Amino acid sequence: MARISLRHVGKTFASRHGNVTALADINLDIADQEFITIVGASGCGKSTLLNLLAGFETATSGEVTFDDAAIDGPGPDRGVVFQQTALFPWLSVEDNIAFGLRLRANRHRGAPHVIVERMLARTGLAPFRLRRPAELSGGMRQRAAIASVLAINPSTLLMDEPFGALDALTRSVMQDFLLEIWEEERKTALLVTHDIDEAIYLADRTVLMTAHPGRVQEIIRVDLPRPRRYDMRSAPRFIALRDHVTRVIRDEAIRGAAEVAA
Amino acid sequence: MVATANNEATKQSPARSLARSLARPAQYAAFPVALLVVWQVCAQLGFVRRNVLPAPTDVAIVWFDLITGATDAATRYSGTWLNHAAASIWRVFAGFAWGVALGILAGLLIGLSRIMERVLDPTIQVLRNVPVTAWVPLSLVFFGIGNAPAVFLIGLGAFFPAAVNTTHGVRQINTTLVKAARMMGANERELLVRVILPAALPSIMTGVRLSMGIAWVLVVVAEILAVRSGLGYLLNDAYLFYRNDVVIAAMLSIGLLGFISDRLVVLVRDYLLEWNRLETFSGQN
Repeated sequence: MARISLRHVGKTFASRHGNVTALADINLDIADQEFITIVGASGCGKSTLLNLLAGFETATSGEVTFDDAAIDGPGPDRGVVFQQTALFPWLSVEDNIAFGLRLRANRHRGAPHVIVERMLARTGLAPFRLRRPAELSGGMRQRAAIASVLAINPSTLLMDEPFGALDALTRSVMQDFLLEIWEEERKTALLVTHDIDEAIYLADRTVLMTAHPGRVQEIIRVDLPRPRRYDMRSAPRFIALRDHVTRVIRDEAIRGAAEVAA
Repeated sequence: MVATANNEATKQSPARSLARSLARPAQYAAFPVALLVVWQVCAQLGFVRRNVLPAPTDVAIVWFDLITGATDAATRYSGTWLNHAAASIWRVFAGFAWGVALGILAGLLIGLSRIMERVLDPTIQVLRNVPVTAWVPLSLVFFGIGNAPAVFLIGLGAFFPAAVNTTHGVRQINTTLVKAARMMGANERELLVRVILPAALPSIMTGVRLSMGIAWVLVVVAEILAVRSGLGYLLNDAYLFYRNDVVIAAMLSIGLLGFISDRLVVLVRDYLLEWNRLETFSGQN
């Protein structure tokens, strides 16, 4: 049974230059515990799609359901990891992780200090628990942000280019960190990225999107074994997948640029 | 780095480390001391008559008597300082309290709600441009002579910086933080208390600090025009009796109390916003 289901979903924004269609006729089912990545050139509406699922925006046409119910605003069942790390600069790492747990809506999830300890241990942030976000490196900051989302134990993780601001080395370390957590917790995961390697490496299925308007071009099943390991990136199967995805996305980007020029 | 610094410190001769520990107080003292010296010299050279420009030493003598009443150097004002100062401080803090409280409330309403912005903001922006001193006649008519018009004027002056800066503080909050809090299930009250207020606090405190400064300006205006006590009243009365030494002592008293009030605000701000110092430029040594 699908945890998330999109049927003929469209999203149009009103702008000063008339209506802009960000998404058109999106159809996608995401199964429970599935790891989906969405990859596409910038402007293909992939972040808009994530915002629909998060409940920050509403679709202008079609149907978006989560656990068979229409999505009505954001909620702790769908944890969002933002590109721009959403840590509260006045709170220490441990207070940031406890933030969600101290809200009325999450009282039933358990004692904050117990869960915070677990999260600190799991993310390796225990030595930095009293630091403020400004005193952390980019990678540690994103770890803390992920920990604060995991703390409220959402069934689904929605991630909007979470590693986009990190350097290549930190990014690959964070990808393995994310996979390790996903292997343990088996949450439904949706990650938006423009990094093709990342899209393939993490996913069970990766969704290729085209721009203007944003459509699903192709959905690729990534048949690499789990758990994934860093050296799989040089496996022939990985390279074949990457070549395929790159070709599709490049063709699309070039076609898009030609359309804009015409 | 730390190790090197320690080594240097232990290697230093006692004379050099003494010079170093005195450098900071010297940096603080240099300018005011120079100012006092120039002033003393000018007064003593007799370019202007001594009762027109009393020397710092004259002011110090009269100030001492104003406070203690021990030497009668301030004649009719001898020993009255504490009462005047207390009256001014009370008015400043009473006016500051209501002005800032209402200002923050208005700023939050305007910042949080587009509807409240349309309802309140144009009025506030127009009234903000009326100098508070222009309210003096009306406030005297409405409140008569006494504390009421003074506290009203001070509060009015304190209101605007608090309101405007609070609005600004709310409007520059990072939307990602608001989204994150909503996603985690924060209700409206939690969003306000746990996200919006702390995130807007740096700006709010800037407003509060400006409000405190304005409060000390307006207390003098109010006391010259509307009451018969306070340092502003003392200053004006001494002016009428041609006691420039008392005038200057009153001026310096106002400056000093204003300075202390500002330090109090800064102390509270630094306590509340310890985190903000990590994120902002703090000058070079």
